[in-house]
Amino acid sequence: MTENQKKTRINARKYGKVRHIPSPANTSRTHWYWIPVALFWLILWQLLYMFVHQDLLLASPLQVLESLSLLCLQADFWLAALYSLLRIEAGFLLAVVCGTLLAVLTSGVGWINHFVYPAISAIRSTPIASFIILALVWMSSSKVVIFIVFLMVLPIVWTNVTEGISKIDPQLLEMAAVFELSRRQIFRVIDIPSVSPFFVTAATTGLGLAWKAGIAAEVLSTPADSLGGRLYEAKIYLETPELLAYTVVIIVLSLLLEKGMVFVFRNTGSYFRHHGRTELAADTLSQNRNGGTAR
Amino acid sequence: MSIRVDHISKSYKDKIVFDDFSMDLPAHGIVGLSGPSGCGKTTFLHILAGLIAFDSGSITGISGKRTGVVFQEDRLLPWLTAAENLDLVIKNQAKTTKWLEEIQLSDYSDYYPSEMSGGMKRRISLARALAFDCDLLLMDEPFQGLDDVLKDNMHKLVLREAQSKPVLLVSHDSSELSELADQIYQADGKSFSLVNYHEND
Repeated sequence: MTENQKKTRINARKYGKVRHIPSPANTSRTHWYWIPVALFWLILWQLLYMFVHQDLLLASPLQVLESLSLLCLQADFWLAALYSLLRIEAGFLLAVVCGTLLAVLTSGVGWINHFVYPAISAIRSTPIASFIILALVWMSSSKVVIFIVFLMVLPIVWTNVTEGISKIDPQLLEMAAVFELSRRQIFRVIDIPSVSPFFVTAATTGLGLAWKAGIAAEVLSTPADSLGGRLYEAKIYLETPELLAYTVVIIVLSLLLEKGMVFVFRNTGSYFRHHGRTELAADTLSQNRNGGTAR
Repeated sequence: MSIRVDHISKSYKDKIVFDDFSMDLPAHGIVGLSGPSGCGKTTFLHILAGLIAFDSGSITGISGKRTGVVFQEDRLLPWLTAAENLDLVIKNQAKTTKWLEEIQLSDYSDYYPSEMSGGMKRRISLARALAFDCDLLLMDEPFQGLDDVLKDNMHKLVLREAQSKPVLLVSHDSSELSELADQIYQADGKSFSLVNYHEND
């Protein structure tokens, strides 16, 4: 291999095909870019605050920052953040596990799909508030949050993983049959790499939705030690800076977890990484998530 | 026991792919199969590989035999490197290295299929089938995308394998078939007929 070939190859790997797609997720990879972008939005926020000129309606960035630093000094705040995190992640993980297992089951046994599909469709089209109010009748407020997150994330995981399974290339399965690959090998080298981009998509989209749905459930069910409950209290007492500070905390927590998850996915399994599919999935996810809204 | 194909027919819905086709595969050597696109060459190959069923007739002597296939498409796993794709079937690193040398791709062992040319992928696909410990080798256009020098080298490898097992070679290239095959079957409308029978030197 010539030096030139080596160089071309390194470049091809470094700047994989997927990275040519211009998207906010890609541009943010250039380290300095976020600084002027963040400054732009902060200035716009400040200008809007000055234009509205009513602290009750809109707090300034500085007021929010002040409120945020005060919150950070309170042990109660950290406890609320921790409990919210635990509740939301519990519902999310439960949905990921159950959704994946359900997708495997419905893909393998066709007739079960006839029962599951309408249920999933019904969950998807029912307003989240209806579920929260119903769930409040059935269970304690802490469990409501877990249940709601589970209910919102389950359809996403089920749909994506089912699609992933259906997209496994039958030609590769034929090849595996001809060359007598074991069931375990097929699972490792065909099933998992084929489904993983869909799973990553589901997990990343699901995590974003989990936070939106979880906080909405906390606001309506107000469990003890919860960010949603504190958000609700801030609204009741017209503490606009505190309300926005909690919102910032929720956004940061949600983003940190999402980034952490994408990082883990990117660094797990060489075949996903080199094929670039995970990145594609993560970018698609990011776009879906940014465009998505909690009902 | 040699493999015997007896009066088999295959059709898709109303379209007859081939009808009442019989052939005997020798214990070793290359049998060529030629004909225009859509005449059923690949279908016949897939029937022998056990991937699709035929409508009527019988195939004897194939039960329990292991079959290696060079598919028309490369069918490499895109998330595995050239070496990993081979090792998946060979299951022996030393042999994998040897095969990579044989197909002149030692320098590209850690390349992914998306980083390789069509000819490179074809050679990996070819080596995978040749290295597979099988009793029957089925090859569908195995030398597509290779230049003349590489083709010659790959021909030698296939001829070497054909000394110990029967090889069914599907190709559009009649000169290639007459150079390699001991017998050549040509599509003749609804079936294939033996058009040439000679022993290779």
